[in-house]
Amino acid sequence: MVKVKSLLGAFALSLAASTAFAGDVRMMWYSDGVEGEVMADLVARFNKENPGINVILDNVAYKVVQEQLPVELEAGTGPDIARVTNIKALANHWLDLTPHVADPAYWQANFGDQFDWMRPDGSTAIPGFMTQITLTGGYANKTLFEQAGVPLPGETATWDEWVEAAGKVQDSQKLNAAIAIDRSGHRISGPNVSFGSNYIAADRMPGPLDDGAKAFAEKLVKWTADGRMNKEIWVSAAGTTYRPAIDDFVNGQIAYYYSGSWQISALSTKIGKNFDWVATGSPCGPTACSGLPGGAALVGIKYTKNAAEVGKVMDFFAREDIVREFTERTLFLPAHKGVIGGKIDFKTDDANVKAALESYVKATTKVHANAGALPAWKWGSVYYGALVTRISQVMAGEMPLADAYVKIDEDIKAKVEEASKKQ
Amino acid sequence: MANALTMLSERAGAIIMAPVRLLAMAFDPPLRLWQKWTGQNGMAAFFLAPNLAVFGIFVLFPLVINFAYSMTGGAALFLEDRVYVGADQYERLFTCQSYLDPKGCAEDLFWTAVWNTGLFVVLQVALMTVVALITALVLNRDLRARSFWRAVFFFPVLLSPVVVGLIWRWILQRQGLLNYGMLEMGFEPVTWLAERNWAFTAAILVSVWAHVGFYALILLAGLQAIPRDLYEAAEMDGTRPARMFWRITLPLLAPNLLVVLVLTLIRAVQIFDEVYVLTGGGPGTSTLFITQYIYEVGFASLLRNPGLASAASILMGGVLVVLTLIQLGIARRNELRSGKR
Amino acid sequence: MSTVWQFLTARRGGKSWDWTDVFTWFWLIGGVILMFGPAVWLVNSSFKTPAALAEFPPSILPYVTAQIAVPGHDKPLDLYEVTDEAGKVRVLAEIRRIGIVSQMIDPAKPEEIIKVPIEQRKAKRSVSFSFDNYVKPFLAFDFFLYLRNSVFVTVMATIITLLTNSMAAFALSKYNFTGRSFVMLIIVATLMVPLSVILVPLYSVISAMGLFNSLWGVILPTVATPTGVFMLRQYMLTIPDELLDAARMDKASEWQIYWRIILPLTAPALAVLAIFSVVWRWNDFLWPLIVLSRKELYTLQVGLNVYAGELNVEWHYILAMTVVTMIPVVIVFIFLQKFITAGIAGTGLK
Repeated sequence: MVKVKSLLGAFALSLAASTAFAGDVRMMWYSDGVEGEVMADLVARFNKENPGINVILDNVAYKVVQEQLPVELEAGTGPDIARVTNIKALANHWLDLTPHVADPAYWQANFGDQFDWMRPDGSTAIPGFMTQITLTGGYANKTLFEQAGVPLPGETATWDEWVEAAGKVQDSQKLNAAIAIDRSGHRISGPNVSFGSNYIAADRMPGPLDDGAKAFAEKLVKWTADGRMNKEIWVSAAGTTYRPAIDDFVNGQIAYYYSGSWQISALSTKIGKNFDWVATGSPCGPTACSGLPGGAALVGIKYTKNAAEVGKVMDFFAREDIVREFTERTLFLPAHKGVIGGKIDFKTDDANVKAALESYVKATTKVHANAGALPAWKWGSVYYGALVTRISQVMAGEMPLADAYVKIDEDIKAKVEEASKKQ
Repeated sequence: MANALTMLSERAGAIIMAPVRLLAMAFDPPLRLWQKWTGQNGMAAFFLAPNLAVFGIFVLFPLVINFAYSMTGGAALFLEDRVYVGADQYERLFTCQSYLDPKGCAEDLFWTAVWNTGLFVVLQVALMTVVALITALVLNRDLRARSFWRAVFFFPVLLSPVVVGLIWRWILQRQGLLNYGMLEMGFEPVTWLAERNWAFTAAILVSVWAHVGFYALILLAGLQAIPRDLYEAAEMDGTRPARMFWRITLPLLAPNLLVVLVLTLIRAVQIFDEVYVLTGGGPGTSTLFITQYIYEVGFASLLRNPGLASAASILMGGVLVVLTLIQLGIARRNELRSGKR
Repeated sequence: MSTVWQFLTARRGGKSWDWTDVFTWFWLIGGVILMFGPAVWLVNSSFKTPAALAEFPPSILPYVTAQIAVPGHDKPLDLYEVTDEAGKVRVLAEIRRIGIVSQMIDPAKPEEIIKVPIEQRKAKRSVSFSFDNYVKPFLAFDFFLYLRNSVFVTVMATIITLLTNSMAAFALSKYNFTGRSFVMLIIVATLMVPLSVILVPLYSVISAMGLFNSLWGVILPTVATPTGVFMLRQYMLTIPDELLDAARMDKASEWQIYWRIILPLTAPALAVLAIFSVVWRWNDFLWPLIVLSRKELYTLQVGLNVYAGELNVEWHYILAMTVVTMIPVVIVFIFLQKFITAGIAGTGLK
């Protein structure tokens, strides 16, 4: 009896949930810092200016975007707009905004450079825009370097020179480690490119692990074994689990930290006045001094029932003044050409932050073509995953490097084969 | 204070129950008709139906689909879009040079997880049972405020596994509370979660910490059911306490101990949440357990492989069914012994 | 004080202490420290600022750097204890730090700037609880909406669980019908199928039924717990059949027997199941996270994970909200705990 009632109730509720009111636009959004609050402000402003459209902002955990959204998309449902990072692999699900935005030429001019990151190869669609550009890069604890009397290596310093300098700081200041790198295959891919690696074979499929990537992997393992690189971050997880090393840097336990531009605002709030820090760009290898670009995109979803409204909403958030405000308040690097060209007044009174942001803008020019191609390559995450899984096993002493190289190639091959089984 | 609370909750209960009672009375006439029509056994069907319906739709049916999944390949998520591959996924799992050495297997991580889980189960079940038994024996003594002490040991059972994992990660990580204590006492800090053996030990200890209260209560219930006069008689005979423990307590507690053993065994095979948060499966792959492997292959990685994950979970499900059947056997033997049905 | 001591040292029969008493107290006190310690640490940490959380060595209590307003400076200045070469300690305020040298002033004499190498200064800190961790999520997020959803899910799931499980257990314990052993076998065999094993298929079922983004999609898959049926059945087996037969003589219907006789007599076991159901459903995380992606439907556990981003996790908020979500479970436990041992003792697990 109760069963019947509950099923009826369920039915009614699901009906209510699935009928989108005309004019409702649902936006799925995740946050790393304050951007959720900033976005909530901007959404409120949009709703006030556009009485016919009601944007509902769903702040979700990143896990939802990463694990649940793909399932929804495959079932042909989902929100109307979403902020996503896995933009290339899911590119089939994005809505082509060309017929729905007021001025496609404006979009092409300001965001055109990154469209290939978020549409299938060969397509000319306008799927959305990057809410922020990220670039991997290093941070040095300037105060620790000064205390140790070690000069900061210059702009063209190599990875070896950085580790050596940081090593001197480690010895003199009795630190746990000299450097730390986030546990992520994405993070070591910029350096790999600097050492001459290219993941993408001629047929756009994953190539075998090459000498450049092997050279850097060898260095990572050696630094870990020597106690130069913080072992705990990489070793204390299995598989592809992401582990940031920011806390060690914040505590002054390491002299050099390789992460990325997204950490700037977190570093500012957590370090405060405890020490001075500088962003250094990416150290050099034999081939380049490249970081890896990336970022999160705001895209329209193909399965929306309110495409026209989605176009209006996207137009609003892509507006130059809105992008500028979002950028200034979130301390992100913008993707919008006009905003980059103009004056950006980042809302912070931390001098370290301004210097760091400028340093990243400069580092953008040093991105090597092989690294610049990775965000627009659909197998990137497979490659990153295999790298981090196996290299961390070597660091933990579970297998020699030579075996890891074999396993990395096997892992990638198995994934690609499985993914290409289609009906 | 406690009495007032009890009274309050009883009165509140009575008020809430009044309309429910009316509802139940309203159900009676139609059900009498049903009973007249179908007889007593038709009523059994009525009582079973709701539970079986939900159970069938949300547990059994997915299990069947899961089996279908394990026979398919590709990255597509919905069954109708997937390719039939027969037993390929199982074959891949079982492609090994030697089952004793995971490194030679095609899916080396699966076999690493299998061996890790095996070792974990043996050590954790043993430790859990011993700690639960000691705790139950301690709680069974004439203590003042026994309900307080009981609550102390039971309380972690109330925490969500994610919280358990988080709390302990903060205590055990290099910059955690434990190392701080070690520093203060003049020891060198240890990277607990980055050393193979320490991390494995931590996984065992934390899971014992989180669940021991539950099992201790099962054992405590058993201890309290042992008649007092048995001990008094033994004391008259001048039996030593240690002998009493071996000759009276343990044999009479055996059924409860078996239940605890089997329950911990089943739970240990599926260990996941708290260890995943605590160690992430590291260092290296030394705390990678089967459930984490399934979760990562089938759901968490960017390029999913639901077929392989389903095949692995069917294998694990098979092991679990065997374990639960053992439990059922034990329960049935107990029923027979205690003379009920 | 002496009564406390008397209370603590009291023991059976007033005999002298032997090793078992020593061990008992060792175990109990060790238990309190080990079991409560981590939770106390959690609650305590939830009052720390993000900077203090990342700090090593960790401070036992939440601290912030003391500040002082000095005329001539817009913002309050941080206070430091400075030890000079002679070993004398002074309290100075820092104006700015350039590299490893700090420019400081004595708050009493703000004109004179003193240069101090930074290793000679130590922040002067005072205990301060950062209630911001609690207040901000309450204001910025629909805490009460999430709470309502959580309560709805927990209460409905628990009621349905108790009802359906007790009905099924009644049928399985008090009727003889063909296929009874088979039903029992299936239920027990799936006693512990972990969610992660059937995650993907269950998801297909839910979305096919249109229960996606609905609270019922969270509730229904959880209510047919084999554990509950098994436990209640074991308990009901101990109820004598004569009671039922006597009632049938009096023309009671089967429904009345279930309602008037079985349910009241099963109360302790139902209480245990209620406790577990409340704890399970309240703490459920993975499944609601998968089913619910709209904020008006979030439960607390899902809501607080909004603070887990891709690259950063705002631990200070997660901690504070974790503490808040623990409170209801603890309250339920306090109210129902007297049933726990009695219930477990009677559920046939003995």
